[in-house]
Amino acid sequence: MNLIEYIELVFTDYTLRTITLGTAILGAICGMLGSFAVLRKQSLLGDAISHAALPGIAIAFLIIGTKNSSVFLLGALISGLVGTFWIRGIINKTHLKSDTALGLILSLFFGFGMLLLTYIQKKPNANQAGLESYLFGQAATLLESDVWLMAIVTAISLIILLLFWKELKLLLFDTDYTKTLGFNIKFLDILITTFIVIAIILGLQTVGVVLMSAMLLAPAAAARQWTNNLSIMVILAAIFGAASGVIGTAISASHNNLSTGPVIVLAAGVLVAFSFIFSPSRGLLFREIRFRKNRNDLQLHKTLSFMYNIAKTHEDITHPHAIKILNNFQGFTKKSLQQLEDKDFVQIKGNMWSMTESGYQNASNLYDQLLKENNE
Amino acid sequence: MENKIAVRIDDLTVAYNYKPVLWDIDLAIPEGVLMAIVGPNGAGKSTLIKSILDIIKPIAGSVQIYGKPYKNQRSLVAYVPQKGSVDWDFPTTALDVVMMGTYGSLGWIKRPGKKEKKASLEALEKVGMLSFKNRQISQLSGGQQQRIFLARALVQNASIYFMDEPFQGVDATTEKAIINILKELRKAKKTVVVVHHDLQTVPEYFDWVTFLNVKKIATGPVKDIFNDDNLTKTYGINYKVSVQQ
Repeated sequence: MNLIEYIELVFTDYTLRTITLGTAILGAICGMLGSFAVLRKQSLLGDAISHAALPGIAIAFLIIGTKNSSVFLLGALISGLVGTFWIRGIINKTHLKSDTALGLILSLFFGFGMLLLTYIQKKPNANQAGLESYLFGQAATLLESDVWLMAIVTAISLIILLLFWKELKLLLFDTDYTKTLGFNIKFLDILITTFIVIAIILGLQTVGVVLMSAMLLAPAAAARQWTNNLSIMVILAAIFGAASGVIGTAISASHNNLSTGPVIVLAAGVLVAFSFIFSPSRGLLFREIRFRKNRNDLQLHKTLSFMYNIAKTHEDITHPHAIKILNNFQGFTKKSLQQLEDKDFVQIKGNMWSMTESGYQNASNLYDQLLKENNE
Repeated sequence: MENKIAVRIDDLTVAYNYKPVLWDIDLAIPEGVLMAIVGPNGAGKSTLIKSILDIIKPIAGSVQIYGKPYKNQRSLVAYVPQKGSVDWDFPTTALDVVMMGTYGSLGWIKRPGKKEKKASLEALEKVGMLSFKNRQISQLSGGQQQRIFLARALVQNASIYFMDEPFQGVDATTEKAIINILKELRKAKKTVVVVHHDLQTVPEYFDWVTFLNVKKIATGPVKDIFNDDNLTKTYGINYKVSVQQ
């Protein structure tokens, strides 16, 4: 199956279209809200919330006895919120730090959820099958109604974000200051946390409890590399999230046995890796290039200023000197001498070097500049 | 020249985990003074400012701004936090941070417009940072970041300014720039309260001083109370600074 055939299939095949749309919307909302989690340094909160949702799903099944994804979502939402409140409670009421509180709640709730899952599996009930698909998600189970739900929630959270953009930005940057300006930070905090919880719960069916936090963090982390503007970062994160959803779905659909959730997360991971390396301002590659260039320039300047100090003592500045006398100087390399010659700052004849007029001018400018900076 | 009282604090007590950080503070700050709060590390200087601003909940006491509770007078008060209190890698520009000073008067939901932008640019110019307006904030030096925070408070156009160590880690040029702005604020009859560390510069920069070490040791005009006796009481060791009057 080639790419064009696949794209045709996305538009004609009902199931594939539903899954592609669903994962794209999920990626977009997670990227958008994930930006806020990342900038609030609450990256791990998403992980804790998604793990905390598992017992809610199991309890919901135990109560109603059949599979019903909307009831499961409700259960997940309740236990996710309970987990979040407990984390806050532990941080506020004890001396424990937030990482400890998060780790504690994450493993306790997840452990309890796993316990319930194994208990359910032992029960003679034909409907139990598929409950464990919430661990790693199963995009194939997405229905059109699920996609609608995602679209509506995304639209609502987009409106909320636009409405409270100014206040949320302020809260992210400087919480104390936000308070002194008279804004209710508790309200803002609950608002943004609630939407993060909802986004996570929506993704459980597709990506699963274990991998959900990656959907929240990866697009935001990748987007941060490309921009220094909050609005652009949020938009980019939404695009990256949607792209990982679409690409992940495509890869898993064209390789029959690959589970969609992990592939989506891996696609997002590739985006992150690409961004870390190739972003122009923050990427590793360009940073290394800039670093090397600076070091190179510095070496040239050192050699040039050394030559300047020698040349300056002679009446005729272009008087030739032996290359050997430069050897005592650590900054000197054959390469930098060659580069100086290419720039027409020095002339090399055999094993002698001499400064040119332009080289002398340049070096003396450099010298003046240094003096000026030191005096400032 | 006794003016009316801008800030009045009564019986203020703050505790973290049962250990008192501020104990029964009574303080009246007259309008139009440039006041330094001095004291050793852990004396509760930042805590005092934060509890005046309701960022930290005191366990007892009250704060009045021009005779009314702080909650009703927020628009009269501006705050310059320690610059280390925020993450400067946040994706935004210098101008954007200064614009945040206008958010309070805008209230919920309403976005800043031309008027707010103009005021912010003026504030940037006052602190000598106009040419940096589009600079990403992580690219600013410590002194420049401090000036951005100052500009953000200036744009609030308040009557009372609380500043938490504005001179921390800034070079001599920035220190001069900041002190000039403080003096301009005083000329405009504003009240400025500054947490300060450098005792040598207190007589030069400020006209009023409060000595604090969990309890209030003394408060009053620098020329009357800035002496070895109060310094020793505050810092616990026999303090000798040559006070140039």
